[in-house]
Amino acid sequence: MRFRRPGAVGTDVDVADPTRGIELRGVGQRYGDRVVLDGIDLTLSEQRVGVIGANGSGKSTFARLLNGLVVPSEGQVLVDGLDTRTQVRAVRRRVGFVFQDPDAQIVHPTVAEDVAYGLENQGVPAEERAVRVAEVLARHGLAGHADHPAHLLSGGQKQLLAIAGVLVMRPARIVFDEPTTLLDLVNARRIADLVVGLEQQVVVVTHQLDLLDGFDRVLVIDRGRVVEDAAPGPAVQAYRALMADR
Amino acid sequence: MTLALYVPRSSVVHRMHAGVKLLGLAVLAVLLFALPTLTAAGAALAGVLAVGLLLARLPVAVLARQARAVRWWLLALLVVHALTTDVRTGAHVSLRLLTLVLAAAVVTATTRVNAMVAVVEWLCAPLRLVGVRPARVGLAITMALRFIPVLIERADRIRAAQAARGGSPRGLRALRTTIAPLLVQVLQMAHDVSEALDARGADDVPPPRRRRSPTLETP
Ligand SMILES: Nc1ncnc2c1ncn2[C@@H]1O[C@H](COP(=O)(O)OP(=O)(O)OP(=O)(O)O)[C@@H](O)[C@H]1O
Ligand SMILES: [Mg+2]
Repeated sequence: MRFRRPGAVGTDVDVADPTRGIELRGVGQRYGDRVVLDGIDLTLSEQRVGVIGANGSGKSTFARLLNGLVVPSEGQVLVDGLDTRTQVRAVRRRVGFVFQDPDAQIVHPTVAEDVAYGLENQGVPAEERAVRVAEVLARHGLAGHADHPAHLLSGGQKQLLAIAGVLVMRPARIVFDEPTTLLDLVNARRIADLVVGLEQQVVVVTHQLDLLDGFDRVLVIDRGRVVEDAAPGPAVQAYRALMADR
Repeated sequence: MTLALYVPRSSVVHRMHAGVKLLGLAVLAVLLFALPTLTAAGAALAGVLAVGLLLARLPVAVLARQARAVRWWLLALLVVHALTTDVRTGAHVSLRLLTLVLAAAVVTATTRVNAMVAVVEWLCAPLRLVGVRPARVGLAITMALRFIPVLIERADRIRAAQAARGGSPRGLRALRTTIAPLLVQVLQMAHDVSEALDARGADDVPPPRRRRSPTLETP
């Protein structure tokens, strides 16, 4: 049974339309006087969306808007029609988030326990939890590490674990904020392959431009605005041109 | 350094309910103090070793590590008692401490953190009446276990970075020069972790039931 909160009257949580994708309408974000994002109008419905741009251009802020970690100071963000401002729980069930530093997103001491964490939050029964955790660990080559202390894993394995913890929750969309930045070449490649092979919609913020090969759409963000919105080839070219002038 | 001491095996001890093991530990502690004799402590120690090594099939090293961690305490107890009362009391008191330490090690090594935390949450359940969420208490405990090694690693890294640039402070000064940057990192990390918890649905669980009826809320 779900009690309605006063603010939620008339906005039924279960009415979501998965065909709508992620919509940003007139989105702006400011902290005090500082405008971090400005005038963003987009609909993201492609399966693989990349986001690139200089340091401090607003990419992480953009990414955080997509699952309600940041609520926009202007405009609205809708995920499958659900507003991140009023239906943040439902939004977060649909949109997983993977951060740059795996150490900050692993919250339980051992591998299997950590993967189970999100499922516990969703109230998934223990037996089903065990099955789903085992399945995800096996698929990502972590089955042999189920009872290992998380902090003894390598950097690449930690990021795999962090991703496994999100995948086990079966979100329809996943946002990655620089998932490969802290990894060596081999592990970065491995994570990149995993990301590209996912059946979910992925939105990937990255400085690793070759990761974007085969993406459907790439946004270039500069000083809080989307300055290019194209296929990977032209987008990366525009980004290089932009950076050459600095 | 590892705080999660779980050693996976399939044994009766591992399969035993965590609550039973913790209760057993408590009973053992009470008995050891209720029967303050050297023989009782010796028998208990033999029992703990039998359960840990034979029944649970834990490696000797796991128990040895725990014993080594308290060796100076044991020695100090022995010496102090030998000087103030007699050697026999000293032996008894140190043996009792060793037994309890090893018994606790057997429980930790055979019980997953989750199972242990579930017991703590169950024990905290009555606190619901005063607004405490037992699941949050459990999360705090597991997160402490998870992040203590991470913090130690970060502290090591700071010290290494300082050493690489020629700094090799000792004593109090070392403590001060490590703690300030560590604190900055800890605060940054706390923010990152709280975001990660949010992203993984930490708030998905509805807050404790409200007393007001829902019909009163909708005008
Ligand atoms: N909570 C906040 N309060 C104040 N300013 C913020 C906050 N979050 C971000 N900013 C500022 O917004 C700007 C954009 O930050 P953001 O993290 O989105 O950049 P980014 O494109 O992800 O950069 P990078 O490539 O370095 O990760 C920065 O100048 C940052 O200082
Ligand atoms: Mg960023």
